[in-house]
Amino acid sequence: MLVDGIKSRPRYNGLSVNKSSRNHVFVADGDGVNAIADLFAVHSQDIGGHVTIVFAEHNEGKAEHAAPLESISADSVHIMPSIPTAINRLAGVLHSARMGTQIYASGTEALIGLTIQLAQAYGMDPQSVITEHRGSFARRVQCVHCKGFTEDVRTNIVECAHCRTNLLVRDHYSIRHAAFQGVCVDAEVPGDLPQVIEAFK
Amino acid sequence: MTSAEIPVLVDRIETVAQDIKRLRFVSADGSRLPTYSAGSHTILTMRDGSKLYRNAYSLMGPLDSEAGYEISVLKTPTSRGGSRFVHDYLHEGSAVTISSPVNLFELDLRARKHLLIAGGIGITPIMSMAEQLEKLGRLFEIHYATRTSRSGAYVGELKRKFGARVRHYQTDRSEFLDTDVVLCGQPLGTHLYVCGPAGMINDVLQRADHMGWPSQHLHAEHFTAPRSGAPFDVELAKTNRTIRVQADESILQALEAAGVEAPCLCRGGACGQCETPILSCNGSIQHEDHYLTDEEKKAGDKIMICVSRIQGSRLTLDL
Repeated sequence: MLVDGIKSRPRYNGLSVNKSSRNHVFVADGDGVNAIADLFAVHSQDIGGHVTIVFAEHNEGKAEHAAPLESISADSVHIMPSIPTAINRLAGVLHSARMGTQIYASGTEALIGLTIQLAQAYGMDPQSVITEHRGSFARRVQCVHCKGFTEDVRTNIVECAHCRTNLLVRDHYSIRHAAFQGVCVDAEVPGDLPQVIEAFK
Repeated sequence: MTSAEIPVLVDRIETVAQDIKRLRFVSADGSRLPTYSAGSHTILTMRDGSKLYRNAYSLMGPLDSEAGYEISVLKTPTSRGGSRFVHDYLHEGSAVTISSPVNLFELDLRARKHLLIAGGIGITPIMSMAEQLEKLGRLFEIHYATRTSRSGAYVGELKRKFGARVRHYQTDRSEFLDTDVVLCGQPLGTHLYVCGPAGMINDVLQRADHMGWPSQHLHAEHFTAPRSGAPFDVELAKTNRTIRVQADESILQALEAAGVEAPCLCRGGACGQCETPILSCNGSIQHEDHYLTDEEKKAGDKIMICVSRIQGSRLTLDL
């Protein structure tokens, strides 16, 4: 079928420490901050050198989410209001970074995907980013027709935020665009849609 | 898959340093040789009476294959015959066979910077890499270590082509490549490529790993010559044949000598093409390849027949 069993569907293996690194850069949104807190609770003695945390508060309960950061001894913490601003700040951090820097991303697939996309722009292999998924499975979707992005998609069928095409959200994932691919679902009979269900909670 | 064989003639032989010869091949029928990418190697097949030598050599450029293929061959005291044959018996006009190029040491062009490290004859793939990076206008630097000025085959040529991007270290002038210094402070997005003696490759890779470099950014050309050992028998379960592997030959060589066509590509334990399932083994497997993971080697149910052998009496393969 068009949707399942596609190899490009990202997998997230959970946060672990790169003990050799002397510069650790953590990026998180929402509940992803708890993945960092859990890692430090068990492995803080393995994390040597400089620690940077970039946290996107997202649009969910702010103060509550940032609280776990207080238990972590980081050298610099950047609390940003949204994913795009966090990614911007991350660019500033990576700009002067050297090899030996380990990038970690935890939280929603959108946050992880955009972190990997930026790491790649800085010449890093996407597989070198250590990731853990936390929170919702809502997807960032790229319309294959107009190339526009629709954020926070929770249903199997979604209307493109740009060209209004009804899109089937596939597992086909683009690392380069940090997005799942959405393909017109009613080309033959416009408006004739399969049942719309909440597929990505 | 076994790559295509191309009949070629030795077009030119030049002694470029102590015990190092540079050879140029052109196709025997005058046609153009296939284009190849930087880091590729070819298998040179030479016939010495009843003996057959098959050695892997890196193609060192120029990348425009119209001019032919160039390799450099170091005559080693431990040679099992191949490099000695090249030095002593090949001359301009000799006919040999080469395989179509295969690349197991590719540049990752997503990198922001390329760090090329070579020891001795390991400079050959690095030269074609530098040529390609220069053409593409990419950021790179070369660190080249040799024992003496007489063994430094390509110092002059590299300096002429790439200027200050080349650092040369000559052991007999007490100049040493300090890997930690070279690795330290490289910008994010740097990929490392190392080719040279096994000890050097392992040292550089280990230091990079200790400095937190991700494995995806580390590239090495590991060619292993099969080691000799005690003879043993290989039983081929599918064809119900038993073939003796002599002390100084690999399983692959023994199979080929017996007319069995086993899949192979690099003949140096690097590419994975000759991975063969083991049905039973009366003895212990001596894994010598760089392909199987440590877990796979421990599991003992497959073997890379181009370089690995067993210490024991009988190995049964699913061939």
